[in-house]
Amino acid sequence: MKLYDIAHSRAGDKGNTLTLSLIAYRLKDYPLLCEKVTIEKVKEHFKDIVKGDIVRYEPPNIASLLFVCHDALGGGVTTSSRMDAHGKTLSYALLQMEI
Amino acid sequence: MKEKIRIGCGAGFSGDRLDPSLVLVERGGLDYLVLECLAERTIALAQKRKRQDPLQGYDPLLERRIESLLVPLLQNKVRLITNMGAANPLAAAQKIIEIARRKNVKVKVAAVTGDDVLDKIDPQDKALETGRPLVDSGPLLSANAYLGAPGIIEAIQQEADIIITGRVADPSLFIAPMIVGFGWSMDHYDLLGKGTVLGHLMECAGQITGGYFADPGKKDVPGMAVLGHPFVDVWPDGQGIIGKVDDTGGIINLQTAKEQLLYEVVNPYEYFTPDVIADFTSVQLTDLGGNRVQVAGGSGKQKPDTYKVSVGYQAFHLGEGEITYAGSNAVARARLAGEIVRERLKDEFPELRIDLIGQNSVHDDRLHQANTPYEVRLRVAGKSPSFQQASRVGEEVEALYTNGPGGGGGVRKYVQEVVGIVSTLIPRNKVTHHITLLTA
Repeated sequence: MKLYDIAHSRAGDKGNTLTLSLIAYRLKDYPLLCEKVTIEKVKEHFKDIVKGDIVRYEPPNIASLLFVCHDALGGGVTTSSRMDAHGKTLSYALLQMEI
Repeated sequence: MKEKIRIGCGAGFSGDRLDPSLVLVERGGLDYLVLECLAERTIALAQKRKRQDPLQGYDPLLERRIESLLVPLLQNKVRLITNMGAANPLAAAQKIIEIARRKNVKVKVAAVTGDDVLDKIDPQDKALETGRPLVDSGPLLSANAYLGAPGIIEAIQQEADIIITGRVADPSLFIAPMIVGFGWSMDHYDLLGKGTVLGHLMECAGQITGGYFADPGKKDVPGMAVLGHPFVDVWPDGQGIIGKVDDTGGIINLQTAKEQLLYEVVNPYEYFTPDVIADFTSVQLTDLGGNRVQVAGGSGKQKPDTYKVSVGYQAFHLGEGEITYAGSNAVARARLAGEIVRERLKDEFPELRIDLIGQNSVHDDRLHQANTPYEVRLRVAGKSPSFQQASRVGEEVEALYTNGPGGGGGVRKYVQEVVGIVSTLIPRNKVTHHITLLTA
């Protein structure tokens, strides 16, 4: 299945860093997200977009994961030549991932 | 001490809708209205406008927002806190006084300044992003320190009806009235952390009431054309309940709150503001039903001993050109068009970006599950130090009309002067805030 079937996400930006939340619709799916959506998987999924390190946080209080992706926005909102300089659309790219 | 304070947020960015804030003021039962209108690059652009005209440099929508809000604010005894001063809070305050005189109402406006630190930073200071001297990025245009709550607190204590700031950390706009109302101490970091959590949830306005959330069939949101913006009821122990005005559109639930809690957070254990380093990982969210979410928990620790500074610099000119191809083999014709432009510009623009909109322009080719579209728009973008050279991108795309593949149409071309942003740190003792009070 796709992540889209069990989770939702919002992308944010800080300079050239992309943040992606990944939030389980149902609490019981949270362990599955923790197990399947590893840093390595996200790196592979975004290999042509995220150039730097990825850090994963697991705030269990809200059954979510947070991926902080460095060097991911082509310079960031001010100096990127990309159409989506904020990287706002990338949350839905994460949800395309098959697990 | 107050028993409870209600703070509304009627704008989450400079271009936000005007009407939700009016609904909040008229029917929200607010003590305070916050309008958060300042992004990283907004202030650098505002500095450029101020340089061209010393009476400008505040938020472009300030006049329209104040025109509609001023009388309702005063009638409903709601105090306004906003960073719409951008690069010029003093000129913004003057403008508000001018509007008040025209409307023949009495108002006290406080401008909080001191964030402009261009003459206090050393161009040789290191940029946090690159580790190299700031000036290596390009000629410096502006430097604004993220101030905290103290200037706003002082302005509230001096009984200003409207408090207008330049660069202030977004959550500080919200915790200042909490600190005044509840008499919180500036080193009670646990309470400041809790208040910062609430401020962070509120600061993007509609993003917690279902804006930037809807996905039809998956995450349905009613009434998005009349989306309500949020208010938060805060108690002296730092707990809060986020809600919105009845009969407005939108939705507040656990999902909208969770998306906003993690939005733009680079470390949920340590969320830096000038007032506190907040911890989001102990926040407890409870859906109370009826578009109300209770926020408890969260904590904080000792504030950093430096201020973060956003430094604007002259980056480059971005030249862009676009053209559309449609019908059979549209994608191949668009690719050919892109190759032609690349071949002609490759020496001038080593990093030319070529996008096929609808095919690979926002993510990469690999993530696109290719179905051949009926139409596709070619976009070419290139960076250059000069306006003239940047215009070459659009010129070459336009020339595809008579020199490129068959059937291209709808050319548009643009050149944009780009202001970049890097960050640095400045010791606290080099920065002082000032309050200027004006009355009408």
